Amino acid sequence: MGSYIPSNETQRQEMLDAIGLAVVEELYSQAPPNLILSDGPNIPEGKSELEVSRMISGMAEENVIFPTIYRGAGAYRHYIPSIVNAIVSKETFVTAYTPYQAEISQGILQSIFEYQTMICQLTGMETSNASVYDGATAAAEAVAMCRDRKRTKALVSAAAHPDVIETIKTYCWAGNAKVELIPVKDGVTDIEALELMLDTEAACVYIQQPNYYGMLEDGERAGEIAHGQGVKYIMGINPIAAAILKTPAKCGADIAVGEGQPLGMPLSFGGPYLGFMAANKAMTRKLPGRIVGETRDSNGERAFVLTLQAREQHIRREKASSNICSNQALCAMTAAVYMAAMGPDGMKEAAAQSMSKAHYLASGLNEIKGFGLRYIGEYFNEFVTECPCDSGKLLKHLESKGILGGLPIAGGILWCTTEMNTKAEMDELISLVKEVCANGIIV
Amino acid sequence: MELLFEKSIKGRGCSILPECDVETAALSEGQMRQQELPLPQLSENDLSRHYSALERRTHGVNNGFYPLGSCTMKYNPKINEWAAALSGFTQVHPLQPDDTVQGSLKVLHLASKYLCEITGMAAMTFQPAAGAHGELTGVMLIKKYHEDRKDYGRKKIIVPGSAHGTNPATAVMAGMTVVSIPSAPDGCVDIEKLKGAVGEDTAGLMLTNPNTLGIFEKDILEITKIVHDAGGLVYYDGANLNAIMGIIRPGDMGFDCVHLNLHKTFSTPHGGGGPGSGAVGCKEFLAPYLPKPNISVCDDVYYQQYDCPQSIGKVKSFNGNFLVTLKALTYIITLGSEGITDAAKNAVLNANYLMKRLAECYSITNKGICMHEFVITLEKEAKEKGVTAMDIAKALLDKGIHPPTMYFPLIVHEALMVEPTETEGKEVLDEAAEVFLSIYRQAIEDPEWVHHTPKSTPVGRPDEVRAARNPVLHY
Repeated sequence: MGSYIPSNETQRQEMLDAIGLAVVEELYSQAPPNLILSDGPNIPEGKSELEVSRMISGMAEENVIFPTIYRGAGAYRHYIPSIVNAIVSKETFVTAYTPYQAEISQGILQSIFEYQTMICQLTGMETSNASVYDGATAAAEAVAMCRDRKRTKALVSAAAHPDVIETIKTYCWAGNAKVELIPVKDGVTDIEALELMLDTEAACVYIQQPNYYGMLEDGERAGEIAHGQGVKYIMGINPIAAAILKTPAKCGADIAVGEGQPLGMPLSFGGPYLGFMAANKAMTRKLPGRIVGETRDSNGERAFVLTLQAREQHIRREKASSNICSNQALCAMTAAVYMAAMGPDGMKEAAAQSMSKAHYLASGLNEIKGFGLRYIGEYFNEFVTECPCDSGKLLKHLESKGILGGLPIAGGILWCTTEMNTKAEMDELISLVKEVCANGIIV
Repeated sequence: MELLFEKSIKGRGCSILPECDVETAALSEGQMRQQELPLPQLSENDLSRHYSALERRTHGVNNGFYPLGSCTMKYNPKINEWAAALSGFTQVHPLQPDDTVQGSLKVLHLASKYLCEITGMAAMTFQPAAGAHGELTGVMLIKKYHEDRKDYGRKKIIVPGSAHGTNPATAVMAGMTVVSIPSAPDGCVDIEKLKGAVGEDTAGLMLTNPNTLGIFEKDILEITKIVHDAGGLVYYDGANLNAIMGIIRPGDMGFDCVHLNLHKTFSTPHGGGGPGSGAVGCKEFLAPYLPKPNISVCDDVYYQQYDCPQSIGKVKSFNGNFLVTLKALTYIITLGSEGITDAAKNAVLNANYLMKRLAECYSITNKGICMHEFVITLEKEAKEKGVTAMDIAKALLDKGIHPPTMYFPLIVHEALMVEPTETEGKEVLDEAAEVFLSIYRQAIEDPEWVHHTPKSTPVGRPDEVRAARNPVLHY
């Protein structure tokens, strides 16, 4: 049996003696006796560290790791600089709690303040919180920030990520609020339809940039239309694309949110990831979760603290703006180290390469009969092609060659590239697809 | 200490990416970023030293005793971190086909199976990312249950006054009204007040047991029966499960659903405030409402089922904080049935021993035995000498001890909530007791001294009013 209890039998007996008990079981004398499990829970006996490591390794080996990945759809394999893991695996950062005691938590507090600054730099927005759980919950929390007694309806682009839409719907159902989907036309949000949907009940418009299909939306136009009817405007953005795209601030967004995973976090079967949230000044006090601010200590020196806590649940209880108390501090630090290691030029380069490679791959696939691009228009690092054969069989074939192909969606395939995909790999993919389809191996 | 931005020097950087090996694609003018991107420009050495300096200005469980009540700051085993760093887990895309992620699905299945045994529940989801997120998911299950029965009038959630602030905030997010009931003089649920509060509009009760005062609710079976008889459900806030895991199961106490803080009870680290995991378990009748997908197994093959028509939907993308679930599973496999039980017993033993030692000077609200934590009140000292809970906390900082939770629960004035956990040896508790007692004696003798602590920390007491009045939230 494994154990992390340091006290030995003698020490335990000394403690029992000191509190005047004979056996440890007496500690539970307040509980009804019929509730006490006499034999412990029905789970296996404990194991030594070596046995545990073998068992866990065995499970890890049951997963298939693809050397080449063309799948994104909300989770992106970017290169993670070696300094990132070296820093975020430091034991003290890993094991600290939320920085309640500012005097001995300046490291965590300053790292969050630096993260908040970088999120503002990236989005052009005025304030950022200390992060939330992930991109989908960030979007759902942003929607909640916009609602008031009269305006309770969220208008959400149907071209947003399906998990984001689902999460917004769940939160709105719980909060007794409505969600309507703005239809998609030619792979982008139908702006004309949006104009007709805006009414006095509408609280906010949510647009994803680039959208689920990789296409670039007219971010500025959507904002103008929303604001024209007194409706708040939320943009969900990809933080890598943000390095080269028009900022949410320039598009007029009141709130910018997104999935921070591309900023140095491995794929990890979906988490831990990072939800970033930035707002303009007017919305700052409606932000959920922790926010770090600068102040002075008793000696007049610069110090950082958790601030604007009057919004939060431990003070406001049922009147709080959200129930959130944890952020994803270590993931926020990961994002900050990643952005600092990449620097402004590295971030732009990662974005430009991700996009350029997608265009190279798209033009290669486009030359194969039946693999035309589904939508016309600008795209970032994802795009949808048609698929003339059984996409399931094609993707299985690619898997057998160590390639995780694009995601099958509605008869087509959603492909993704990042700076990780080399020209040689893409040439190989194109010829593999050409070979099986042209030769009728897969139909 | 300087910020990254103050250390930035134009033209500096790390060489991370090779040159692009394909033709560069261009954005149209209208989509291009016009604003400058003023991220810091630093060498790798600059970054390494910067964060080493920040690490020295931080206190983790590895640095010393951390008796932060309600937060269960137990030791975070290194094998858990090793497991979560295996490329077999980190390199897996969340949208890979099921037959290529059998290892990850097995992790979720086993974690669910073992935690259901420990809690007395029938099914579990790992989608919620934190305790408060788990609470929200749990209350959503209760809401959906009543809706499905067309019992639309049930809109009130009863919360005891001693509850965490997240409980009422959660209930409101789930579209409920909060009914707060004051505690009985012994700190437990007031049975008569509970009887008076339940009715046809009751959706449910949110409760933690042991409660936030470290007391086991001895009338728990009656409490859950009162709520059930009124047609409501009972939600278990798992914040305090460390006291009873392996010994008493929430399911047997009559709770219908439960959230667990895997980052407290099951030893996964807190990371300075996340990522955590707020796994939610429920009885069989609530299982159809759990977030989708659910993980099923047939002939040792695991599947993600998305066809869940009664599900509340999704509360987060993909499968939650997967690596955190993996760390918790590693811990459960290591400890096993006996180890889990032993951890709880030793957590309670350590708390009672430290309480006994501190009672030499401090007023303690618990009478008799406490569970995994206990509450000190400095009410008398504050009134008579001006020595507050905050003062004692700040003096502890100079001694390398992370202070207990301050000013919680709200029903105790000048509260300090102490939770030593099972992973501290007797000698650590003895040393800590000596420090607590000597601070107390010195503070009573010289209140002025304690007001000016801490003296040896990287910064002195910060001006929180100034921070809130003129918010400076970025560089």
